[in-house]
Amino acid sequence: MISVRGLRKTFDGTAVLNGIDLDIAPGERVVIIGPSGTGKSTLLRCLNFLDQPDAGHITIGDVTLDADRATRAEILALRRRSAFVFQNYALFANKTAKENIMEALVTVQGRPKAEAEARALDVLAETGLAEKADSYPASLSGGQQQRVGIGRAMAIGAELMLFDEPTSALDPEWVGEVLDLMRRVAARHQTMLIVTHEMQFAREIADRVIFMHGGKIVEEGSPEQLFGAPQDERLQRFLRRLSQ
Amino acid sequence: MRGLDLEYMLGLVPVILGYVPLTLGMAAAGMVLALILASLLAVERVFRLPWIDWAVVLFISFFRGTPLLVQLFLFYYGLPQVMSFLTSIDGVTAAIMGLTLHFSAYMAETIRAAILGVDRSQWEAAQSIGMTQLQMMRRIILPQAARVAAPTLVNYFIDMIKGTSLAFTLGVTEMMGAAQKEAAGSFLYFEAFLVVALIYWAMVELLSQGQKRLETYLNKAYAR
Repeated sequence: MISVRGLRKTFDGTAVLNGIDLDIAPGERVVIIGPSGTGKSTLLRCLNFLDQPDAGHITIGDVTLDADRATRAEILALRRRSAFVFQNYALFANKTAKENIMEALVTVQGRPKAEAEARALDVLAETGLAEKADSYPASLSGGQQQRVGIGRAMAIGAELMLFDEPTSALDPEWVGEVLDLMRRVAARHQTMLIVTHEMQFAREIADRVIFMHGGKIVEEGSPEQLFGAPQDERLQRFLRRLSQ
Repeated sequence: MRGLDLEYMLGLVPVILGYVPLTLGMAAAGMVLALILASLLAVERVFRLPWIDWAVVLFISFFRGTPLLVQLFLFYYGLPQVMSFLTSIDGVTAAIMGLTLHFSAYMAETIRAAILGVDRSQWEAAQSIGMTQLQMMRRIILPQAARVAAPTLVNYFIDMIKGTSLAFTLGVTEMMGAAQKEAAGSFLYFEAFLVVALIYWAMVELLSQGQKRLETYLNKAYAR
């Protein structure tokens, strides 16, 4: 169970998140859409404490924390309940594909190296990159790097996977393979919170779509509702612009 | 004008070479200690711990802002007058300590810049998987920073080798001291000091070759 209450974040006097309330059920796949600069990425980053929220409560599984008095230990615990997929992949440059996936398992979860390695090779096989196990990120294509990035998040076995515009930095030719992998992750009823501009993909895999505007959740519902019968005028405008 | 006494110089080469281990030993010991100290100082400068940050800033400022020779005299001849327990320190130890403190200040700045040069995404990825700051530094940030800093750090090692000649002023008979003693007997000062210069030059050239190889290796980094 994931729950967010009254989440606020201000950058240099500008409110980016204006009190976000959000519940996500186990196994639910939630996609956030909306114009640029409306706080979608900031919301994800705050859930992982990559940006420190100013106020609000966050619960992921058995960890609940109050943003304005979170201790370092609580922040670590929260981060270990979720896995983050970055727009720019953010693979560890000094580690091979396999080591990138093993890192969290060995260093953070304290699992034996052999077990972590076996898990990493399994995950690489699932992402279709078994033969790239010993390659460094610098020698992988953008699509391959992002698949390793997703693999790294999968291997952790986190309650929640956060995807921050995972295909936005990719050349068009690599978008398909990354979305395919995300479909496979979704098919396992992994709880996912995804920020994306791929509307077709959102329609296809989302249980629920959230439209954000001005740091707030303006409208949410099933893909059919949101894309088929949008209520809010700002959402209608946003969708109209996309279809042009 | 008189001609060079080449025969004398050739005879002197093995004598001076006998002191190369001492020179390299002092430089190596100073380098290892300075690397450790500089890494600690650099990490502190990156995280700016309250209470110690000002002291680290002061330390770096002092040791970069004063000549090595002055520092060595201050510690070897000056400090024992104030702190009597330091009287028992011999010249070699004092020279290593001086080199360590002096070069750690420079190296700390190099390492700090290399740490801050590691891409933001690397820090965030490490944080996102729930690493502690110590784990993040040790496993992700410092290894990448080391690659960037390595060529510059080798330069400091070269400087340090040359800096060991100042141990002569603390009464240590190293390459320079040995040459001085030899010349005092033969009066062939030019020949004696020329031999010292050539041996230093050769050592530094050898190291520069190693440095070039290191750079080639580092430029190929992480691309397999």
